Amino acid sequence: MLSIKNLHAEIDGKEILKGINLEIKAGEIHAIMGPNGSGKSTLASVLTGRDLFTVTEGKVVFKGRDLLEMAPEDRAREGVFLSFQYPIEIPGVSMVNFMKTAVNEQRKYKGEKPLSSAEFLKFMREKKEMVEIDTQLTNRSVNEGFSGGEKKKNEIFQMAMLQPDFAILDETDSGLDIDALRIVANGVNKLKTPNNCALVITHYQRLLDYIVPDIVHILYDGKIVKSAGKDLALELEEKGYEWIKNELAK
Amino acid sequence: MNLEEKLYNIYADNKDKLNMDIPDFIREYADIAANSIIKNGIPDKSYENYKYSDFSGFLNNGLEYSLEPEKTNIDLNEYWQCQVPDMDTQVILLSNAWYYEKNNLENKFPKGVIVCGLREAFVKYPEIVKKHYSKYLPQNKDGYIDLNTAIARDGVFIYVPKGVKIDKTIQLVNLIHGFANRAVMQRNLVVLEEDASLRMIICDHTLNRTQNFINSLTESYIGKNAHLEYYSIQNEPDTAALLNTLCFYQEANSHLTNLAFSLHGGSLRNNVYSTLAGERAHSNLYGLFLSDKKQRVDNYTYIDHKAPTCTSNELYKGILDDNARGAFSGKIMVRPDAQKTEAYQTNNNLCLTDTAKMRTKPQLEIYADDVKCSHGATVGQLDQEALFYLQSRGISKKEAKLMLMFAFANDIVRNIPVIPLKEQISGLVDNRLRGEFTECKHCLLNCSRNR
Repeated sequence: MLSIKNLHAEIDGKEILKGINLEIKAGEIHAIMGPNGSGKSTLASVLTGRDLFTVTEGKVVFKGRDLLEMAPEDRAREGVFLSFQYPIEIPGVSMVNFMKTAVNEQRKYKGEKPLSSAEFLKFMREKKEMVEIDTQLTNRSVNEGFSGGEKKKNEIFQMAMLQPDFAILDETDSGLDIDALRIVANGVNKLKTPNNCALVITHYQRLLDYIVPDIVHILYDGKIVKSAGKDLALELEEKGYEWIKNELAK
Repeated sequence: MNLEEKLYNIYADNKDKLNMDIPDFIREYADIAANSIIKNGIPDKSYENYKYSDFSGFLNNGLEYSLEPEKTNIDLNEYWQCQVPDMDTQVILLSNAWYYEKNNLENKFPKGVIVCGLREAFVKYPEIVKKHYSKYLPQNKDGYIDLNTAIARDGVFIYVPKGVKIDKTIQLVNLIHGFANRAVMQRNLVVLEEDASLRMIICDHTLNRTQNFINSLTESYIGKNAHLEYYSIQNEPDTAALLNTLCFYQEANSHLTNLAFSLHGGSLRNNVYSTLAGERAHSNLYGLFLSDKKQRVDNYTYIDHKAPTCTSNELYKGILDDNARGAFSGKIMVRPDAQKTEAYQTNNNLCLTDTAKMRTKPQLEIYADDVKCSHGATVGQLDQEALFYLQSRGISKKEAKLMLMFAFANDIVRNIPVIPLKEQISGLVDNRLRGEFTECKHCLLNCSRNR
């Protein structure tokens, strides 16, 4: 479903991604781990079209189309979703209006009829229950005054609403207590189908107890330096990133 | 001959016509004002308070002054249907600022309420007029106010007696028409006695794409415990200049909410003077200005806390696009006696382009020692992080920008306490931000075609 070949990207002339290769098939969950500054969040930003970064080399093909050619909104309409590490507060834009606009723009893109207000509210109610988000939250402005946990739950709620084919979860576990982590992970697992895929970016193995990956990659200095099954995460947790650095130095 | 002399001569040459059938005290005010034009001048950019507004181009442009009631052969009542849906409004028309002779207000208001042309009030209710007319003008001389006092002879007069609450919203519509470049001087006087309440909306509508100069002045007395809600909706062509001065005088426990919506116009200037003269009086001043192309909009406010325990709350927000120029200058004055004052002032602005400019000057001048005051201003761009967040959910950049702009503007719109009116104005703002015609659905005049 997603194929990344030799992806290089820079910000202000500084190269962050130095040749990423990654293949994710439908039905798979991949995890990316790596030390701070290795390029994990940059990869998420480049895949979703944040214009702070310039792609200097490489190719990304998503569902047979050149992803890098597309505007951020078209990537989203094609089925790319990013759960933000730091979700943005947008005072004055209501959650309902935000989600209704997003869902209907996606439907329009696919040539479907927009949902009526009643249909939309019903749809939203179902998804809220599915991801166990507090009903009150959707009555407020986007993320405004939400706690860290509420913001992350809200990301998963948006994911449920938009039903992406490819979801990137950027440190979705950071700032979550155990209960919130479980709820967020449950939400992600419920949304998992054989037809979609996900890329989970995390520092800690803990999240991967709940969202079990098929493959774990280690990103170091802008490159994937090691890929293996889910046990790699455990090994990494035990030995730390120094282990990888030493292995590479050999 | 300089501009001041020219303007003085317009008064002097037409004195007989202007001062026919009006009481002596009005004539005296006019004489003094006309002399003051010569003595104090018409403000240009060298005047601190008019640094960013210059109407001399308009005034030197061979304007045709509207110096006597204007006959109109169209029946404006038939054309005009701008009532807000689901809201009980009473529309009053002015024709180039002259009270429209076919306004029919008989039995439309509770007993004792007076609504008529100011010119008519000069003759019929001279005692009330004398008590309030020119009594609430700012101490600092302003040549445009002098010009208005010298030449303006009509507008609306509203008197709400003690204890009367008017349920209907008065909607004053000033239609500017004619094919020459007009100078239109409007003068309104609104008097609310103790415990009275009134909501009124003022709209200016220019029918032709002419280079008009509108100089509108409203004085309002808000008696003890009285409530006034006052809306200005400005929607002028790019060619027009509109200067709107509001002078409010508030007695104890009175409550004012002033909302100014500058939606469109070549050159707009809003002056608001609010004097809190009695204890526990409260002023809300809100302003929203949306400006693009080469439009200019300039806001000046002066809140004078004279009595103790009064409160004021001021919020002005502006969105400037293209090459627009915006300005805000707000002063809160807290006099020595005005202990326990609470006064808050904020001005936030968005510049959407590198070429739009906003100048803002929030000011506090405090002579009492036990007060709570704050002031602040921001000028910024749309939040790029928020924009990307919306786009990342499949919302187009254009729509995402609109959502953010609308959210920004809504901080002002949401203060409108009446839901149908809030929806109507919200719709006007939304259309304006989308770059569509900003006219009410029910308006048959299609004047925005001339934009």
